[in-house]
Amino acid sequence: MGAVGSEAQKLVWEGTIPLEIRLHESEITTYPPPPPALILGPRLGYLPLLAQQVKPYFSDTLPPGADTVWFEYKGLPLKWHIPIGVLFDLLCGEPERPWNLTVHFRGYPTDLLSPCEDEDSVKWSFINSLKEHRLDIQNQLVDSVIVAFKLRSKMIEYKPGLGFTGLPKPEAQARPMLGKIESFLRISSKLKLGIVGEEGYSTMTSCSIVSRQTRQTTGDVDTPGPNRTGRIPVRLYVRSVGDDVDDFGDITPVDNWDEISYVNRPLEFHDEDGKLLTLYDALKSVLPELFEVEPSIAQESSRMDIEESRTTETTSNPQDLENAINSRCKETKETPDKCQSQCFPYRKTEIKLVRIQGIEPKLVIPFAWVVKNLTNPDHFLHISVFVNASRDQPT
Amino acid sequence: MGLCSSWDGTISYSEFFDAARALSEKWKLSNSACPPWTWICCKKPFWVSLHEEQGYLSLENFYCCSISKEGSYHDQSQSFGEEPVDDAALDDPCAPEVHQYDFHIVYSASYRVPVLFFRGYHCDGQPLTVDDIEKGLPANALKTLKESKWTFMTREEHPYLNRPWYTLHACGTSEWMKLMFSDSSSTQHGAVVEQYLVSWLSVVGQVVGLQVPLEMLKSSNLKPPFSSD
Repeated sequence: MGAVGSEAQKLVWEGTIPLEIRLHESEITTYPPPPPALILGPRLGYLPLLAQQVKPYFSDTLPPGADTVWFEYKGLPLKWHIPIGVLFDLLCGEPERPWNLTVHFRGYPTDLLSPCEDEDSVKWSFINSLKEHRLDIQNQLVDSVIVAFKLRSKMIEYKPGLGFTGLPKPEAQARPMLGKIESFLRISSKLKLGIVGEEGYSTMTSCSIVSRQTRQTTGDVDTPGPNRTGRIPVRLYVRSVGDDVDDFGDITPVDNWDEISYVNRPLEFHDEDGKLLTLYDALKSVLPELFEVEPSIAQESSRMDIEESRTTETTSNPQDLENAINSRCKETKETPDKCQSQCFPYRKTEIKLVRIQGIEPKLVIPFAWVVKNLTNPDHFLHISVFVNASRDQPT
Repeated sequence: MGLCSSWDGTISYSEFFDAARALSEKWKLSNSACPPWTWICCKKPFWVSLHEEQGYLSLENFYCCSISKEGSYHDQSQSFGEEPVDDAALDDPCAPEVHQYDFHIVYSASYRVPVLFFRGYHCDGQPLTVDDIEKGLPANALKTLKESKWTFMTREEHPYLNRPWYTLHACGTSEWMKLMFSDSSSTQHGAVVEQYLVSWLSVVGQVVGLQVPLEMLKSSNLKPPFSSD
C-alpha cells in the first residue's frame, strides 16, 4: 500500500543480466579447472554483492591467502561502484549473453579501483550517492533503504554432463532474487525522495504519456514530497567508439577507464518557462557540442517531437521504447550532422547510441518519464552514451 | 549584491573559479616557500560541455613530517600542561618520516561546494595507506575518522583522473561555510567569494596537515569583486 511502482519501474527493478563468471587462470590451483559460475546478476545490483555466491563456488581451487574479490571484463578491472546494468550497457557494445566476466580473489588493483573491503563498502558508497542527491538524509533511516534495496542473485549451477541445474522456472525467475520494490518505494517516499516533483507528475499525466498515477495516496501518510529543486542527478558515461561503426559487436573493447568520459551533473526536467524537457534537451544541455543546431531549428524540431509523442506514444509501456530502438537513431543523426559539418569540418562527431537500463530510448520522450521510470535506487539516472569521436580531437 | 541571509553556503562553478584564483594569489604572497596552487584544465574531450567543470585546483609535492605536532598524542591523554613527548614516542616508534602529498580541490556540482581530494607517498614512492594517513592526522580528525568511517574520509574515484584518491566528504560543507560567513562584516558577495576557498581550506587543510597562514585570512581591502557570472 502507499507506493506502487509503474510497470516500467517493476521491469527495471527485476532486470537481470546472465553472467558467466570464470576464475582467473592464475588463481586456479586444481585440475581440471572449475567450470564457470552462472549467475543472474541484478541490473541494479553491484558486483561485490555477488561475492557471497561466487566465493564458495571457487573457494576449493583458490591458492592460500586473503580474499579480495574483483571482476574483470576483457582485461578491464570493473568499477564496483557502478551498477552491474550500467557496466553491461557501457562495456558491451553489442549485448553479450551470457556476459563473460573473470573474477579475481587476489591481486586487487589498488591503483585503479577504490578499495572494497566488504558489503559495507558497497552500502556506504550507495548511501553517499543518495546523500549527494538529498543532503539531509538521516543516517539511521538509510539502513532501511538498504534493506529494501538489497538485491540478491540466484546461483545456477553447471554440472558437466547434467547441464544447468537450479535454473529457475520462468515465472519464478525474478521474484526470489530481488528485494521488494514496494518496500523500496515506500521507504523512498518516507524519505521524501520523490523523484519527480508533484508538478512534474501533473505535467506528465496531462501529456497522457503516463497512463496511470504511480503513487496512490490511499489515506496513507506516505505522501511523496516534492523534489526541492526539480534537479535530477544524472551520471553520464560517454564512450568514444571509432568512426563509422555500424556493428557494435566489432568495436574495440574498452581497456582503460580513461576512454570513458564521466559527467556527473544535476539536470532540470523542465526549462525556465515550465516547458517539459525531452531526453534530447537534457542530453543537449550536457553535450552541447554534439547537438549544435541553429536555435530556431532545434526548438521547432523539439516542439514537433513533443507533438508527435503526444499523438503516438500514449502508453507508458516500456516495450514501446524497446520497439523504438532503431527509429531513434535516424531522427537524431540528422540534426547534429548539419552543424558538425560547420563546426568541425574535418570530422563529424555524433551520438551513435544512448542506453539507459538496457533500453535505447527515443530521444523525444519526456525527460521526466525517463527519470521517473529508469532511475536507479541511488536516485541517479545512469546514461551510457556512445559517440564516434576520438578523445584526442582538438577543440 | 548584499550577502543575504538566505545564502546557503554554496557557490556556483564560476564563483569557484574566481575563489580559486583568489586562493592561488594569496597563497603565493604569504606562502612562497610552499608549492603553489595551480589551476589544472580539464582533460575531458571537447564535446563534453565546455561551459562548466573544466578544471580543478592543484597543489602537488607538498612535504610534511609524518609524526607531526599534536597529531601523535592520543585524545584521551591530551591535557594542556603535559609534554606529549613520551606518548608520541610510544605511538610511533619509527623515526619521523617525510611524506609527500598531492592535494586537489575539485568543485562538486551536486553539493555546489569544493571537495578536497588527496593522495600521499612515502619518500620511496610507495603510496600511503589509510593507516599511514591516520598516523599523520591531528587528534580530533582521527577521532572523527573512527566515529564516522564512511562519511568523513574515504578513498574514492577522482572525478577527473579516474583513479582512487582519498577524499573528505562534502556533506555538511555548505552548512559550516554558511556559519563561517554568518557574522562576517563583508556584505559584498564578491568579497565572500574571494575569501571562500581560503576560509574553506583553513578548516579542511587542518585535517591533512595543510596550514593556512593567518595573514591569508585577514580580510583584504575590499577590491572590486570578481565577476561572478
